[in-house]
Amino acid sequence: MQPPILEARGLMKRYGKTQALAGLDLVAEPGRVVALLGPNGAGKTTFVRAVATLLRPDAGTLHVDGIDVLRKPAKARQVIGLAGQFAAVEEAMTGRENLEMVARLFGLSRKDAKDAAVRVLDQMQLTADANRLVRTYSGGMRRRIDLGISLVGTPRLLLLDEPSAGLDPGGRIQLWDAIRDLVVTGTDILLTTQYLDEADRLASDIVIIDHGKVIAAGTPAELKTRAGDDMIEVHVHDADDLAAVSSVLAKIGYDPRVDVPTRRAFVSADNGSARLMEALRVLDQQGITVEDISLRRPTLDEVFLALTGKPAQTTDSPEQPVGA
Amino acid sequence: MADRLALSPNVPRAAVNTGARLWVSSFLVAVRMVRKFARTPQLIAFTAIQSALFLLMFRFAFGGAIRTGGSLSYINFLVPGFIATTVLWAGMGAAVGVAEDVEHGFIDRLRSLPIPRSAVLIGRSLADTALLVWGLAIAAVFGFAVGFRPHGSVSGALAAFGLCVVFGFAFEWIFIVIGLVSGTAQAAQQMGLVITPLVFLSSAYVPVASMPGGVRQFSEFQPVTPMVDAVRRLTTGPQGQALLPHSIGHYVGLSLVWAAAIFVVFGLVAVLRFARR
Repeated sequence: MQPPILEARGLMKRYGKTQALAGLDLVAEPGRVVALLGPNGAGKTTFVRAVATLLRPDAGTLHVDGIDVLRKPAKARQVIGLAGQFAAVEEAMTGRENLEMVARLFGLSRKDAKDAAVRVLDQMQLTADANRLVRTYSGGMRRRIDLGISLVGTPRLLLLDEPSAGLDPGGRIQLWDAIRDLVVTGTDILLTTQYLDEADRLASDIVIIDHGKVIAAGTPAELKTRAGDDMIEVHVHDADDLAAVSSVLAKIGYDPRVDVPTRRAFVSADNGSARLMEALRVLDQQGITVEDISLRRPTLDEVFLALTGKPAQTTDSPEQPVGA
Repeated sequence: MADRLALSPNVPRAAVNTGARLWVSSFLVAVRMVRKFARTPQLIAFTAIQSALFLLMFRFAFGGAIRTGGSLSYINFLVPGFIATTVLWAGMGAAVGVAEDVEHGFIDRLRSLPIPRSAVLIGRSLADTALLVWGLAIAAVFGFAVGFRPHGSVSGALAAFGLCVVFGFAFEWIFIVIGLVSGTAQAAQQMGLVITPLVFLSSAYVPVASMPGGVRQFSEFQPVTPMVDAVRRLTTGPQGQALLPHSIGHYVGLSLVWAAAIFVVFGLVAVLRFARR
């Protein structure tokens, strides 16, 4: 039986008056991509830094691949790779030089380091730019070389702290592809993100944390189920109808919301298909023109809101509660 | 690990990275620093320009008003002090560099690697000391250009140069500490200014004898003065000696003791600060 790739029990860390970690428990099995999702200040980065042996928790236990991180940090560093929030690369060196330097620091021989650099450059699609100084790279290329640097040692657990922060959509998609390819090579990943769509696309498990504690964990599908019921979503032609639609939906389900810019109204409902028919009927009776009506599973945004009571930062425009 | 692999053939496992040893790691960190310096023309030019400006100011603007108190000309008084204090100005750049690495996560990356953590600091200090040789060479060339003519022996001049390098290496650890605690490049720049009194309230540009009581006591006590006096005595021969109450061994010995003390204290602080988590 393999030990969990990551096991945290009751982790505590306090900075002055701020309780960054408040008894965090987390177990990640091998072969998984775990996304740590939470708002700013939830404790995501503190947790990653604890795993990376960059800070020492005040209490609790922490194991990576069965290694006690708190007692044997040097041993833990042999199996982890870290890509933090900044692209920590030497700008005055080429992509290849950066990779070879870190590969040698990981303990590879000169020749193995060269080979590892070639492999990672190919993996990150940077072969063509390998011999250019990093200071001439675009933001997306820097992120990829940064990710690549954490890979030259083929770590068992790769820690990615907000990997796509500050990237344009094209850059994010390229980075996501690169991350997905890693899982195949046997590298388990713990990534933090504020972006629900990122967690949804990359992770096999999502752990939602807030105020230094885990408040929910599961596969994306499980979390969506746990957040409960189906959503009925009505898209109206005329924004003036939104108030009327919203009051109709309020009687059918609970927790109605509207999003004025996209002219949509939503409501949560149990027994969604029956409620959908009812909604259609009432809207028709009142003569409201509906452009589109649909029954769908809640998005992770809605899950997050249901679990924490506050919206997550998303790439879409946030939905406003009725009356807000 | 083999039995574990056999138990779960479906999960491919990555290898364990043993990590590089202390000297290999230090060397790799040092190579990075040297490359950064060699490939950043602004850094090279800045060292030279700053150096030249200082020298020109003292040589031509203030120099006329300063009496050395002996037969030694002001230019021959000034240039040894100027060269010796180059190590302090260069150190300020080191503090900013360390702070930048902290700020941009580079230090965190190195700290998360399976290498001895002290290698990061050792590599840095060795590289910065090597780069100091460049700064000292430029300072010496400028010194000659504005009229400095040494009157000591060649071995004396080489010993003076070596003393500057040793002193620079010791002071480097003060600047590493400043870089580590300041956290941002801007803060490091400002904290680095604490060395200004050490430079100006020393015998580097002005004879200590011309200073008023309290300032004079500070100047005579602090480490830069014996260091400057040693370099000046080694490069200017009898004329330089005439300004000094003690023999050459006194100043060389005192500056080496200071260098050792600074290295031990600040090296320890830097390592402790760096290992903390």
